[in-house]
Amino acid sequence: MTSFFLRAAALAAAFSAIAPLAQAHNAWLLPSTTVFSKADTVTVDAAVSNDLFVANHAPLRLDGLQITAPDGTSLKPENEAKLKFRNVFDLALAQAGTYRIAVINGGAFASWKDKATGQTRRARGTPETIARDIPTDAQDVTITQSSGRIETFVTVGKPSALKPTGQGLELIPTGSPTDLVKGEKASFTLHLDGQPAKDLEVTVTAGNTQYRDKLEELKVKTDDAGQFSVTWPNAGMYWLDVSTRDNKTTVPQAKERRLSYAATLEVMP
Amino acid sequence: MHIRYSLAPLAMSALFASPAFSASLGVNIEVPRLNTSEYHRPYVATWIERADNTAAGTLAVWYDVRTKTNNPEGEGTKWLKDMRQWWRRAGRDLSVPIDGVTGATRPAGKHQLNFTEGSAPMPQLAPGSYKLVVEAAREAGGREVVSIPFQWPPTSASQPSAAGKEELGEITLDLKP
Repeated sequence: MTSFFLRAAALAAAFSAIAPLAQAHNAWLLPSTTVFSKADTVTVDAAVSNDLFVANHAPLRLDGLQITAPDGTSLKPENEAKLKFRNVFDLALAQAGTYRIAVINGGAFASWKDKATGQTRRARGTPETIARDIPTDAQDVTITQSSGRIETFVTVGKPSALKPTGQGLELIPTGSPTDLVKGEKASFTLHLDGQPAKDLEVTVTAGNTQYRDKLEELKVKTDDAGQFSVTWPNAGMYWLDVSTRDNKTTVPQAKERRLSYAATLEVMP
Repeated sequence: MHIRYSLAPLAMSALFASPAFSASLGVNIEVPRLNTSEYHRPYVATWIERADNTAAGTLAVWYDVRTKTNNPEGEGTKWLKDMRQWWRRAGRDLSVPIDGVTGATRPAGKHQLNFTEGSAPMPQLAPGSYKLVVEAAREAGGREVVSIPFQWPPTSASQPSAAGKEELGEITLDLKP
């Protein structure tokens, strides 16, 4: 019994160390609204939780926050505050067009056996620094790279085209991601490093999960061109997520790259 | 002399061809009287849609056009997007205020608007099926869309109408060939 529980605990610890966001909890950005008819300010919540979109677990770290204005320039958030269960920030929207608000997580995780004690050790870092944390005499070294994007979009006035980043998993909407309406079909293309990502399962979950008994998530597969479509059953905020893994690592010793993508999309009634 | 006189009306009609043969369109919009503790006049957008739901032209937009905080576009631009359908199909492509289109919100009652084809804000319409769409959105209230299908150009005078349930009363279209 004891050894079983210890093993289970060790496994759980390993999982939480390797993929703190991808497993079990949803990471999300929640804009106050996604459509503006004049230059305005959007306020955004950033959190990690099971319930969509209830901040009841942990704040989403904003170290990797990247905000791109319609003209392609980077913007800084205002009034950033770190709360117990969520981080919040304001964003002044001066230009017309579509803004991309994203939190990008790039990391690397290592585990190895300590030569002297034989015990398993772990480290987290960036792809650049992870090698420094591993002793040269370490045995059974496993390095896993991770690349995640959590994002949302807001538009002032007429939507403008978004420039793809070509990195990791990425959602390319046909039309505007802020132009979604209940009952209408929206088409998207999923990219992996700028190429169509085929045969991946995309999960779409409506918010307010705390007020219904079933998750009622929609699961759609991307086709050979990386395309999929969603017909929105109701108005509201939706969370779209997809993850995969491959071996295209930039860390020389890493064998595996874990990729995740999540977007918050608003559907109008 | 005789020839010259008989040609003149022809030349005149050629010169003003479009107004002379243009049909006209009247729209009567009823803003209902609502018994509510907090009442604000609704924002109302009126536009013409083609058969494929694209906007052919915006006829009228009523919103808070006051400029007390020196906003030349009017105080109410923040809430124009609440007329969601109009905003998506036409509003976000426009820049307010627009002469002859945008104006102050109207009180409860019936309001008559008249338009002539080819004379702003009513565009020239290719013959076909259209819809007149009226959308109302009210602060601390609801939103409603009422539409009336019609054929253009009208072959005979007719007055199709439709009524809203909550935010709009009777909408009457007055088609004159």
